[in-house]
Amino acid sequence: MSESGVPANLLAEAEEQEQQGSGTRRMVLNMGPQHPSTHGVLRLLIELDGENVAKCEPDIGYLHTGIEKECEVKTYQQAVTLTDRVDYLAPLSNNLCYCLAVEKLLQLEIPEHAQWMRVMLTELTRLNSHLVWLGTHAIDIGAMSVFLYCFREREEILKIFEMFSGQRMMTSYFRIGGLALEPPRGWQKRVKAFIDVFPSRIDEYENLLTNNRIWIGRTKGVGFISLEDMLDLGVTGPMIRAAGVAMDARKDAPYTSYEKFDFTVPTRTENDVYARYQVRIEEMRQSARIIRQALEGMPAGAWKADAPHVVLPDREKMKTQMEALIYHFKIVTEGFRVPAGEVYQVIESPRGELGYYVVSDGTTHPYRVHMRTPSFGNLQAVPKMVEGILIADVIASIGSMDFVLGDTDR
Amino acid sequence: MLAEHLKEHAVAASVDAFDQEALRGGEYALGELTLEIAPAKIASVCGFLKYDQGFIRLSTVTAVDRYPAEPRFEVVYLLHSIEHKQRLRVKCRIAGDAPEIESVTSVWRGAGWYEREVWDLFGIRFTGHPDLKRIMMPDDWEGHPLRKDYPVTGHRV
Repeated sequence: MSESGVPANLLAEAEEQEQQGSGTRRMVLNMGPQHPSTHGVLRLLIELDGENVAKCEPDIGYLHTGIEKECEVKTYQQAVTLTDRVDYLAPLSNNLCYCLAVEKLLQLEIPEHAQWMRVMLTELTRLNSHLVWLGTHAIDIGAMSVFLYCFREREEILKIFEMFSGQRMMTSYFRIGGLALEPPRGWQKRVKAFIDVFPSRIDEYENLLTNNRIWIGRTKGVGFISLEDMLDLGVTGPMIRAAGVAMDARKDAPYTSYEKFDFTVPTRTENDVYARYQVRIEEMRQSARIIRQALEGMPAGAWKADAPHVVLPDREKMKTQMEALIYHFKIVTEGFRVPAGEVYQVIESPRGELGYYVVSDGTTHPYRVHMRTPSFGNLQAVPKMVEGILIADVIASIGSMDFVLGDTDR
Repeated sequence: MLAEHLKEHAVAASVDAFDQEALRGGEYALGELTLEIAPAKIASVCGFLKYDQGFIRLSTVTAVDRYPAEPRFEVVYLLHSIEHKQRLRVKCRIAGDAPEIESVTSVWRGAGWYEREVWDLFGIRFTGHPDLKRIMMPDDWEGHPLRKDYPVTGHRV
């Protein structure tokens, strides 16, 4: 690294070009880590040939917080709160994936009511995440007002989360064995009020963008990357679905009773920024369908598993039953033991394939937790996607990836 | 020699047929299949799994530190076949002294960042990797934080 933070090889290359006297000089542009359009702390080193991107090198790690290491010194239940902070726009997806992995190791059966609740809340999380993406992506491209509309609905979702868990963002609402708290009274009314208006709100966003000539001009045919490259580089989620591959863990390997819901996996084949926009808009409509089904068909039952050695007892029981008090003391002070083994649980997060690889050595702390995060996999494809295109299209292209840097760096 | 409990898994049988010395063992637990491969054979076996067995996606590469046991490190490859909706875990055990294994970037370019991450956080070298440098930690960082003998808290002196 030189003093300016630009790698020596890029500088040397630019110098070499200059000495060859080709009349053109390449410029190295340092985009980020505090660039507003990189949504977090992504740094892109872009070598420009005129206005074209000749070379691009992403530099990540500015938000590395060592969550994987931290998990190893927490008990299994404590680590749930860390998973919120991995992808802060989709905390419940991360909670869910981690809980499913540990529950698989424990071979724990989750009551149907809790499973459906999980489906409903993860789909609300998907809406939350897609709304933030749509608003900020539109702002990047110059459509200012969409942002305000999107955040209006997002606010409603955050209020629903607050109603359930007491927290707007870092909910930690899914726990190993079920939910953290009993669903609040009157949640049906709140969710119904939201889901009744939401489809018409999607129409509003579409009115602003779908046939907007400037939007089409900035997004159609931009940010193309071939399907072979995507598969090779590990791109997942809406990106790969906009290239025609209906890869979705909710359908391929259903978890948390997704097989009981009726929804489709939207795909496009154009494989550009506009197609990715269309895929995510359609995904929001499908999520709204799932939430409605969950709301209307919600089975009655327990919200946590009947597993006293794992799940905290009810407050009432603790006051009357000796065993409940003992279990509570054991779980809180020591944690619960998880049989030795390892699992790789995959779910479909709003950004793509989210996988938790959990290794247990039979103690009360995870031996190793690795998060296969969709943003990390997707970001790797940035150079392939932007090399050769105009610098002005870089923002639209990386915006269409919908990455979260917390998710990338962990 | 293919172990008895792996015979019913077609992938294990075909890996064994592809290279008799490659397959060191395996396990089928909780609905997930793990194959243990000899470290020297990892790139060729991965190539076989990708082009012959349909595992066109590499989901991730990671590692587990079994310190102080030896061989200390497990390098774990998580593979995915879209066509067969199947997942496979491939594992290599390598010794803790100057750990090194062949890179699979020649099979999946996407392994590049994952292997960089493992190098950065575990200190396992991947030979033949086109650009093996730190990815999470600063370039001048000392040590590899996800190793078990690396402390979670404390100050450098």
